[in-house]
Amino acid sequence: MIEPIDLQLIAAVQEGLPIASRPYALIAEQLDLNETEVIARLNKLKQQGLIKRLGVIVKHRRLGYQSNAMVVFDIPDLLVSHMGQRISQFHFINLCYQRPRHGEQWPYNLFCMIHGKSREKVLQQLSYLIENCVLENYAHDILFSRRCFKQRGALYFPRGSGFNPENID
Amino acid sequence: MLPTLHKQLLNDYQQDFPLSPTPYLDIANSLGVTEEEVLVAFSTLSEQGFISRIGPIIQPNQLGISTLVAMAIPESHIIKVADIVSQFPEVNHNYEREHRFNLWFVLIASDQQHLSSVIKKIELQTSFKTMQLPLLEDYFINLGFQLNLEPQEENLLISA
Repeated sequence: MIEPIDLQLIAAVQEGLPIASRPYALIAEQLDLNETEVIARLNKLKQQGLIKRLGVIVKHRRLGYQSNAMVVFDIPDLLVSHMGQRISQFHFINLCYQRPRHGEQWPYNLFCMIHGKSREKVLQQLSYLIENCVLENYAHDILFSRRCFKQRGALYFPRGSGFNPENID
Repeated sequence: MLPTLHKQLLNDYQQDFPLSPTPYLDIANSLGVTEEEVLVAFSTLSEQGFISRIGPIIQPNQLGISTLVAMAIPESHIIKVADIVSQFPEVNHNYEREHRFNLWFVLIASDQQHLSSVIKKIELQTSFKTMQLPLLEDYFINLGFQLNLEPQEENLLISA
């Protein structure tokens, strides 16, 4: 179980560490902890895997990565773990998940994300992926993103609320 | 073009931001610049919208429960439906994608009951069905996002 103080700590850091000389001391002040305890608890949460990573979160679109494609495959169940791990190794892959199929309307069970500077670049990377992982025989689809209607950071606990977590990277 | 220092800050500290009392000083020391330069550079990157924050990414489904949701909406209705969906505080990353399933968003709720009630409300208010795609397995060991900020062609190297 997660200790209540750790939930408070995540709530305090989720909107960003202060850009100041002693950021953890500033967080500590809000929580009635000391700087050493804040650092130790963040270390522990990382080791436990609750915090997947702690660091700079970039905005892809602002950095010129305008093209974002969700690529989905229909991979046999016995192979999906192996293929998922393999696909995750490519540097242009940002996320790779297994999700459920939904019959004929959605036969795909492996999802990955490619961010690229152009549509052509993304398609080129996808071809490279398919060739290298020998995925030619599996059905796939490419869903390029168009309009973004809403994008929010990792507000696991909006200020003033009880519990209301949010966001996948 | 971004200065070299800015590129290094964007690329090298996505995974393991220093967990020490003076993280910005540690970064400065490893890059051979002053702490002040690092603080100013991060502030600039933040103000100019290159970074959203320096913070944690939480492992999915460790705090509360989440699912990816897709909907197939006729083109003439998509803005109206997207607006309804976006109004729920449990919704984030609400995107249009090029597909018959053209509206995609992530829902996060405190538990399954809460999640189901939001899904039900969305279907009721929009009059369209949802397809729920919860995460079954996560294969990606998140090393952050490797930026190639040089103007030349990116190559297709395998990272590991």
